[in-house]
Amino acid sequence: MASLQGLVAQFAVLALTVLLAPMLTGWVNQCRAWLLNRSGPGLLQPYRVLAKLFSKEVVLAHNASPLFRGAPYVIFGCLALASAIVPKIGTDLPLNAAADAIALVGLLALARLFTALAGMDIGTAFGTLGARREMLVGFLAEPALLMVLFTASLISGSTSLATIVEVLAHREFVIYPSLAFAGVAFTMVSLAENARIPVDNPATHLELTMIHEAMVLEYSGRHLALIEWAASLKLLVYSCIGLALFFPFGIAERGDWRGLLLALPVLALKLAAGGFLLALIETLCAKMRIFRAPEFLATAFLLAVLAMLLHVLLGG
Amino acid sequence: MGIEESGALSASLAAAAAWIAIGAAGLLRPASLVLASRVLFPAGAAVGCALAAWALQGVFATPQALVLPLGLPDLPFHARIDALSAFFLLLLGAVAAGVSLFASGYLRPGQGTSPGLQCLYYHVFLASMALVLIADDAYFFMVAWETMALASYFLVTSEHRHEEIRRAGYLYLLMAHIGAIAILLCFGALQAGTGDYTFHNMRELQPGAEVATAAFLLALVGFGVKAGIVPLHVWLPEAHPAAPSPVSALMSAVMLKTAVYGMLRVSLDLIAFPLWWWGVVALVLGLVSALGGIVFAAVQTDMKRLLAYSSIENIGLVFAGFGLTLIFRSFGMGTLAALALTATLYHCLNHAFFKSLLFLCTGSVLHATSERSLGKLGGLIHRMPWVAWCALVGSVAIAGLPPLNGFVSEWLLLQAFLLTPGLPQAYLNMLVPVAAAVVALTAALSGYVMVKFYGVVFLGQPRDARLAEAHDAGAWERTGLAWLAAMCIVLGLFPAAVIGLLDPITRALTGHGMASLAQGWLFLAPLQPERASYSALLFFAVTGLLVALTWLAVRAFYHGRVRRAPPWDCGFPLQNARMQDSAEGFGQPVRHVFEPFFRVEQSAPAPADARPSYTEVHDDRLWHWLYLPLARGADRLTGLVTFLQRGRISVYLSYSFATLLVLLLFVG
Repeated sequence: MASLQGLVAQFAVLALTVLLAPMLTGWVNQCRAWLLNRSGPGLLQPYRVLAKLFSKEVVLAHNASPLFRGAPYVIFGCLALASAIVPKIGTDLPLNAAADAIALVGLLALARLFTALAGMDIGTAFGTLGARREMLVGFLAEPALLMVLFTASLISGSTSLATIVEVLAHREFVIYPSLAFAGVAFTMVSLAENARIPVDNPATHLELTMIHEAMVLEYSGRHLALIEWAASLKLLVYSCIGLALFFPFGIAERGDWRGLLLALPVLALKLAAGGFLLALIETLCAKMRIFRAPEFLATAFLLAVLAMLLHVLLGG
Repeated sequence: MGIEESGALSASLAAAAAWIAIGAAGLLRPASLVLASRVLFPAGAAVGCALAAWALQGVFATPQALVLPLGLPDLPFHARIDALSAFFLLLLGAVAAGVSLFASGYLRPGQGTSPGLQCLYYHVFLASMALVLIADDAYFFMVAWETMALASYFLVTSEHRHEEIRRAGYLYLLMAHIGAIAILLCFGALQAGTGDYTFHNMRELQPGAEVATAAFLLALVGFGVKAGIVPLHVWLPEAHPAAPSPVSALMSAVMLKTAVYGMLRVSLDLIAFPLWWWGVVALVLGLVSALGGIVFAAVQTDMKRLLAYSSIENIGLVFAGFGLTLIFRSFGMGTLAALALTATLYHCLNHAFFKSLLFLCTGSVLHATSERSLGKLGGLIHRMPWVAWCALVGSVAIAGLPPLNGFVSEWLLLQAFLLTPGLPQAYLNMLVPVAAAVVALTAALSGYVMVKFYGVVFLGQPRDARLAEAHDAGAWERTGLAWLAAMCIVLGLFPAAVIGLLDPITRALTGHGMASLAQGWLFLAPLQPERASYSALLFFAVTGLLVALTWLAVRAFYHGRVRRAPPWDCGFPLQNARMQDSAEGFGQPVRHVFEPFFRVEQSAPAPADARPSYTEVHDDRLWHWLYLPLARGADRLTGLVTFLQRGRISVYLSYSFATLLVLLLFVG
């Protein structure tokens, strides 16, 4: 569907996702505050932070290279595109044909590569430390995510995200062992990839325990705003992948306006539930030592491979 | 497939002859740097371009054969060009053009081999690779193959004053000859006692399963040595760093591919009916090489060794694709075999470009800083922006990230894996998820390795004071780098065109074309578009558009102000270059996670040591488990016959005479 209507729908979805992504971060933080018996800053706090950062000037290290200045835009662009190709409210959008599950993983990896390179650019101790740890998390989490997506593609006979969602949504509702394994693996991977407890702590003040924050320590002003925004988008992308694979109900299959509009509140509800669950996990878990992260991620990777094997063995 | 006659065969022969002539011209004034670098190497690059252009036509033309008026009496050289040869010739020509241009600016008066001699070896090396690709009988093939090995040996040992370079060269020569013996025996098995060593005869014969299996295994050893498949890879990380950078680039980008070519030629063309378990052997060896190669690459501290190990990884992926092709082919699943073969060939092409690009970048860095160790580099993006940006393209491509070329071939390979569960063998079906997992892990690790490589060399603070004097590459070098980088981008953005190019080859070798894989020029879709599709151009355009829009929007709504200040680093006042991760530090997580892969030798200082020193060596276990025992055994065995060594020519001549007599006894 490359018609004008499709393009408009695609653009609307993209703009809506990008604009609303920080709200999901706000919601998770709010839930966390509630669970900790605090009152919380409200849903709009991420927007206030972004506005503040955008209007501040950029303080750049003397030896920052053009790569350091360009990276936030590349990272933001990659994640915006990723958020556009994950099926959220409709499967019949023009960009769905441009990239499948493997390309989506590639896109996330591209963003990670640039984040890590930017972390190394200034040449500070924390920057390189963060880059190394981020790549450590990445090289185990990325194949695990790919294996989770492969399990779904083997079930649906396709790596196209739209087809996966359509096939999975039309199966009768029973628990498939392969999908159950994949679901556990996916949860572990998304915690790690979004720099969440137990792998990383997004709110830490202790530099030595940082992963993601350590890489972006040198960023300020609009660059930092873009990176924070990209992090929100990443959280949204992962949530939407999870919803699309494991709860693919209520997604419109044709690009008509009514279907899309109906799918919107369903998505909001699902995201709200997912965000609450994330906050709950974060409140109940303690952060692991960094040396245990490879073990955690290797478990996720093996679970995902097992999920694929189970599908081949049991055909389900 | 085109019908018109093409001059591709005569053009390739002419190109080989021209390269040899250019090499010989270097001997006119061996000491003259100007002649070699300003006249001969650019001429060689022009020949490469011409060869690529003719080979491009040759891919679509009908096969052509020719008997050359060369060789021994009654044993002439046969030459033939078909789509497969033409494709590899195209790869050779296109890469050689870029590398030769770079070499024009790279040659420096050194203390090693003189420029004229280097020019001779280099061009003979190129010509012999071209001849390997068009050889149509075992005799011609072996002559060209050995010329290639010898020419590259002399190139590797250009700086022969260094002890370790001579050692690397010796190891390379030894391994090359072990491989050559296996290839020779493989051809011997294929001709099945007819005494006719032409490939045409071998195609007609079709030996039985046992002979064919023996031939396949011998080919796997012979070509596997040249390709650097684990466990036959030990020469590669020694020889590639020892050679001058353009030579490393050629060896890694093209010479390894001639081995892939040989493997494809023997097991898909000369043997018409492969057995399914051959594919499993190739697949497993490929996966082991891929994972082992990239894990070792992650812990290297020498940038050229790092790239050499990464070559092992990429060749491993190529062999995995090749194994999958054999499996599909043996079960008669033509379309899937064509898909796997397309992925294999595509990855060969991609690796040729991005690996030569990266090797040439290390060459420029080496010239600018005379430093190969990652521990003493850093921050070169400021001093050498041109090289740094080209290297970034190469790094993103080799990490298999969209929208560059490395991603396309990995995408195709993973698609081929995902289609496997239709195989009639239940156990094979279970192997596939594991294999796909290894490929995915390898791809992710290659991202890690490339961040290490690029980040340590080009980003951060210079780790050595001398780096402040580093200079960017010259005009010749830049042209070569730019050409290779541009090809990485083009091959990534227009996969449909490349697949159109591979179509005649898959048609010839598997009986199925892959033209349907490209849905128009924009989309790439194996089998049906609803199964999977990918459009690199759309992908790139949308990402670019989003990046540009963000940039404009930020400036329109807010501002573009920047203030320069010292780095913050959480307020720590003292910062120096040694506080960054070293190459060892960056590799630490991989060492930790993949500990069983390595043989670790540590020496820690005593607590009261006044001058403490700490060393930790990570070595290949195979070297100690396999090669050293073998070498010791060979040493002991040869020790038994030392009494034959008299050191007098007359004695040796009488040995030859006696051998001749004994042989005559048999023949008579």
